[in-house]
Amino acid sequence: MNSKKILLDHGSGGAASRELIETVFLPGLANPILSLFEDSAVLTVGSTRLAFTTDGYVVDPIFFPGGDIGKLAVHGTINDLAMQGADPIGLSLSLIIEEGFPMDDLERLAGSIAEASQFSNVPIVTGDTKVVPRGKADKIFITTSGVGVVPDRITLGSGSVQPGDAVLLSGFMGDHGVTIMSAQAGLSIESSIVSDTAPLHAMVSALLKQAPEAIRCLRDPTRGGVATILCEIADKSKVQIEIDEKNLPVRPGVNTACEMLGLDPLYLANEGKCIAIVDSDAAEELLSVMQKTIEGKDAQIIGTVQAPESKTRHGRVILNTIIGGTRIVTPLSGEPLPRIC
Amino acid sequence: MCLAIPMRVNEVLGEQGDPLSFPVAIVEEEGLRKEVRLDIVDRWPDIGDYLIVHAGYAIHTLEAGEAETNLKLMREMAEHVTGKNI
Amino acid sequence: MLPEKISEGFRDRELAKKLTERIHENVKGPLRIMEVCGTHTMSIFRHGIRSLLPIDVELISGPGCPVCVTSGGDIDQIIELTEVPGIIIATFGDLLRVPGSKGKNLATARAEGARVEIVYSPVDALKIAESTDQPVVFPAIGFETTIPVIAATVLEAKQKNISNFMLLIYHKVVPPALNALLSDPELALDGLLCPGHVSAIIGEQAYEPLVEQFRIPCVIAGFEPLDILSSIYMLARQVRNNEARVENSYGRVVSREGNPRAREIIEQVFEPCDASWRGLGDIPGSGLKLRKEFKNHDAKLYFGLTSNYVPEPRGCRCGEILTGKVKPPECSLFNSRCTPTNPVGPCMVSSEGTCAAYSKYGEI
Repeated sequence: MNSKKILLDHGSGGAASRELIETVFLPGLANPILSLFEDSAVLTVGSTRLAFTTDGYVVDPIFFPGGDIGKLAVHGTINDLAMQGADPIGLSLSLIIEEGFPMDDLERLAGSIAEASQFSNVPIVTGDTKVVPRGKADKIFITTSGVGVVPDRITLGSGSVQPGDAVLLSGFMGDHGVTIMSAQAGLSIESSIVSDTAPLHAMVSALLKQAPEAIRCLRDPTRGGVATILCEIADKSKVQIEIDEKNLPVRPGVNTACEMLGLDPLYLANEGKCIAIVDSDAAEELLSVMQKTIEGKDAQIIGTVQAPESKTRHGRVILNTIIGGTRIVTPLSGEPLPRIC
Repeated sequence: MCLAIPMRVNEVLGEQGDPLSFPVAIVEEEGLRKEVRLDIVDRWPDIGDYLIVHAGYAIHTLEAGEAETNLKLMREMAEHVTGKNI
Repeated sequence: MLPEKISEGFRDRELAKKLTERIHENVKGPLRIMEVCGTHTMSIFRHGIRSLLPIDVELISGPGCPVCVTSGGDIDQIIELTEVPGIIIATFGDLLRVPGSKGKNLATARAEGARVEIVYSPVDALKIAESTDQPVVFPAIGFETTIPVIAATVLEAKQKNISNFMLLIYHKVVPPALNALLSDPELALDGLLCPGHVSAIIGEQAYEPLVEQFRIPCVIAGFEPLDILSSIYMLARQVRNNEARVENSYGRVVSREGNPRAREIIEQVFEPCDASWRGLGDIPGSGLKLRKEFKNHDAKLYFGLTSNYVPEPRGCRCGEILTGKVKPPECSLFNSRCTPTNPVGPCMVSSEGTCAAYSKYGEI
């Protein structure tokens, strides 16, 4: 839809979101750092490189199995910094609260944010609070920004991936996406699936310590899922990525929920997972490092990077299906919706 | 057109043919529990049966044995054992 | 021994390989098979089945996408209703992005302030109606798998006297459409891959008259990879032996007589009428309407709606795609002016649309 108004699809993290940014914002804002579209921007200050990122959190419901909007906000921004290899040094916390929001809920969220910050060892160093009249915001919106220090000699990027590299995924896909969909009204499914929201900087730190030169790119597959991120990487690095369905870690319950609702786990949001593309010589050892961490205990090698078939055919992601067939994986176009057909 | 999946029956709530209630089965599959309506099902399910669930309603009841038979016939066909209908 | 999760047994790699070999052995020339059902189209792509088949097998998508075959005029009707103040449209997710003729869809209507709720089941739509005084309208699309579900919901609404729950009935039934397709001399098919869950309701028996009249091999198929591969093998085998009969590879779900209880409930609530199919045109007796005792749940009556004829957008070839005459890449708008984010016709945006499948799953 060449829409005159913003649609939910514009916020889904897929092609519609991308189109929105490229047509509305990029023309006026374009600069070399922004145009890289990485999870964090890397700014050079003297001899130090700082990673800087920001994210808004509008999830509904605000409390869900496995977490809440506060935890999500802390972990999400820490993870964006970690994806550039940065060591997070501080977060900002900005709240927009709807008039009438229960004080108990706010205290509960404050506690959760404090806990997430302490557990991650990343302080919240500045903040802001605004209240808007009833109806002008949906309960509470949170924006967190973060700053981190990128260690010397670490340069990660979606454009740095090479043929021959291995693709690692740190754990089960789709937990967060299914949790949120199940919790929303109209999809009355009870499930034991919980959100996977978690900070990943400790795991990333362990990976970088083990084999810093071997890691090309780290990305966290949030909105748009693993499929969309792999397509972006394949496009930026001008390669082809091949993944194996039998190696994709998906919880059985998530598979069932997806089958029931007509969703695909490859496109569902993850909030505590990371894709790592690494030199294949270091793949097994890095997998092992991941698996020794709590966040990465279910990590798998899910595929390989290849040279594209031709100059014009880069950016393809190919899936070897469970029965030995092949198909192409494309990026998410809009908001995943449950379907009956 | 046809999105429906088999789910195992854990419990049946309500009586067959009771015009005042709307019987449901509680189905479970790998940690997912759901209420499924039995208004249009062909055979009243027992616990342990499977229901084919479409848009929150059961459209067919089957026993695990029937699925086994279906698979067995496919296997025979794949290995050239029989040319019968499966 | 099947795992507790039954479907997994029907994804066995070894068996898939063997069935593929059997197919290769039995395909001796071009084999044009129509997959009637959009869920089959999606499943075939999802599991990469085309990549395993001999090059002579052509799988052609058909009109089995209830959203895609809903006429432009009917889609406009749904979108126009969003302008009624206070109305709530409760709908299956499938309809959300389907474009109307005036450049709007339910998603844009929602952005303009209309209340559009996505539901997984009509039970949820009924719950919304119970929680409010506002009119709640449910656009009812779908073939025989979904029709009894809607019928059951109408019965419940009547019994509980939920007078603010209304439906826009756009249901269509499959056999008359198959008849129309098979009567078209331009569409030369060697076999039909028949929709497994529609067949669970109508039974194997429903295809017997078609086979008798048109001598076309029919195999009823489920949706797991082995279901589809075994069915393609059975079709290839029939063609090779010069046979034409109804075979059922989905025995665990489909029987000869189908689901009589479901058909009884359909009969209680609906009666046949003529319907206009996008792509196929008017097909007598292929639609359903509410019987008069349920008329107070009929949104078309309540809001005095009429359906206008709406021509296809310029360049849109959805009609030909739905009748298997053209493949999506042959449409000049495909993936250029018509994309999943900016669709021109329903085939691109419906979750089961052929163009959506080709666009999402691409080609190897």
